[in-house]
Amino acid sequence: MFTHKYRKITIKAFRFNAETDYLPYYKTYEMTVENHELILDLLNRIKWEHDGSFSYRRSCRHGICGSCSIKVNGKPVLACKENAWDMIDLFGDELIFDPQSKKRAVKDMIIDKGDFWDKHAAVKPYVEAEIDPHPEHETKMSIAQVDNILDADYCIQCGNCHYACPVVEINEEYFGPAAFAAAYRFSADPRDEAGVERLEMTAQMGQGVWDCVKCNECAEACPKEVNPIEKITRLHNLQFEQKVAKSNVATRHAEGFVRSIRDHGYLDEADIVLYSEGYLGMYKHLKTAIKMLKAGKIHWQDGVPFIDNMPKIKNLDEVKKLIKSSMTNKL
Amino acid sequence: MSQLHYALFTGCTAKQSTPELLSSTLAVADKLGIKITILEEASCCGASHLQDFDQFLAHVLNARNICYAEKLGLTMITICNTCQLNSAMTKHALDSDPELKARVNEKLAEVGLEYKGTSEIKHFLYTLIDDYGLDNIKNKVTVPLSHLNIAPFYGCHNIRPSELHGSSNGNENPYNPRSLDDLIDALEGHPIDYDRKNKCCGFHVELQANHTSEVLAGNALLDAIDNNADIMVTPCPLCHLKMDTYQDSISSTMGRDVELPVLHMPQMVALALGCSEKEIGLNYHVTKADIVR
Repeated sequence: MFTHKYRKITIKAFRFNAETDYLPYYKTYEMTVENHELILDLLNRIKWEHDGSFSYRRSCRHGICGSCSIKVNGKPVLACKENAWDMIDLFGDELIFDPQSKKRAVKDMIIDKGDFWDKHAAVKPYVEAEIDPHPEHETKMSIAQVDNILDADYCIQCGNCHYACPVVEINEEYFGPAAFAAAYRFSADPRDEAGVERLEMTAQMGQGVWDCVKCNECAEACPKEVNPIEKITRLHNLQFEQKVAKSNVATRHAEGFVRSIRDHGYLDEADIVLYSEGYLGMYKHLKTAIKMLKAGKIHWQDGVPFIDNMPKIKNLDEVKKLIKSSMTNKL
Repeated sequence: MSQLHYALFTGCTAKQSTPELLSSTLAVADKLGIKITILEEASCCGASHLQDFDQFLAHVLNARNICYAEKLGLTMITICNTCQLNSAMTKHALDSDPELKARVNEKLAEVGLEYKGTSEIKHFLYTLIDDYGLDNIKNKVTVPLSHLNIAPFYGCHNIRPSELHGSSNGNENPYNPRSLDDLIDALEGHPIDYDRKNKCCGFHVELQANHTSEVLAGNALLDAIDNNADIMVTPCPLCHLKMDTYQDSISSTMGRDVELPVLHMPQMVALALGCSEKEIGLNYHVTKADIVR
């Protein structure tokens, strides 16, 4: 039988009305929380029991519409899916409610999600194909083909990953993890014909996957286990598999690892910069290189052609052999 | 307590640009009586970039590294967050997908190896805390760090994705990590609280998205400085390289002077245990760290 338990907590909620407030502020609410309550219940109680002007988005209450996402003590959550006691266990008895993005706040928890929708729409998040309007039979997909896109298809566009992504915050061009997951989901669909177009779009520097910082914030933030960063890796791989990847600093940096590992087992730190940037691009790194030389982090011989200053792993021949037999992609 | 014994996967930076990381790790292990066998056969983990180029090849090479720890019957420890993540990702992928494991093992058989999945993979930070114990470390402190306000900088790849790391990082909460703070406490330093301690340093896009990289590192360093940090400490040599080496260019990007010594986690422990200057290797820092003395 379900046992009812209670805990007294303090909620500090971000309050802001873009029309009337010059600055945002936090308002404190005390309440006793039952162990079955969700974060969404607490949002409702602030509005119903404390302040009717408190604003947030909500709709389905079943983890599928993606409207009610907020941040609790910095953790992006889907309010209707997250048990309040779990959050109290994680953060203690003071919970802090913030909108997904403070700088996009319109009213309290409500943000302007326009940037998210624009970027999501830009990657063509739908199957693009010449389809017979009167088909004789359904388009069949194998279990493997479905498995390949299934977790990406769970995305409910809640925006948690997008607003957890540090690159989205800095680089306005960047598509962001949700758009990338959608780009992967439809490009890997066997019915779709716009795969190359999406790969080209997401391969571009600045807006594309090469600007991903690998922080895994998106994987952590997703309430539906879409694992966007894994889809980003798959888009990287697809660029090489489908020969969309063009030689540039980022693609050479990825591929250059093979060359180092084949020769030394270790990554050659000087060579990877040289190989990625080219000799002309090295001027950018001169100042840093001099400092590193002075500190003994690098040596004058590093990266100089025909001088092999690199340590080698034991049994390097095994690695050479494995690279030869297991490598599937080329730049 | 029976003697702890680990297989150390050094990673590439500890063998090149951050020799102080390796020497201080070995010095700490020596002081604490932890036995270390270095996996000299282990190759680069791919650092997520090889994975971007060829995921399967990355799995094969990481599985090969793990094989050598398995052969010794030891837990594989890492001293780099990115080595930790990429090794753990391969382990997870192979342990949960028999078909992939078979494909990888088919390749490994060509060099007489087999991946079994018998070795755990754990970052040195968590072996110190979970296996050796903070109280035991506290008892060994000879040079308390009570003169230092220390900003713990966790680095992404030890704490995210939490689902992957949960069993090897003591279920660290990625939104409120404690391990480094607790370690600083045990060494009698003062851990400072700041928002960006669990954020990204930007290292991985240093070449292709330099502005993003500089702003991320700058935000973290300035947040630590604004909260009165004397030094920053990190368990990841890639975070260390970004934060220690680029403070001049970060200063011009951020429009503010950024100067904060950044220590590797084992260097901080080595300091408190009274290891030698040579072992701690502060001379290898670009941003000088004399303040710790």
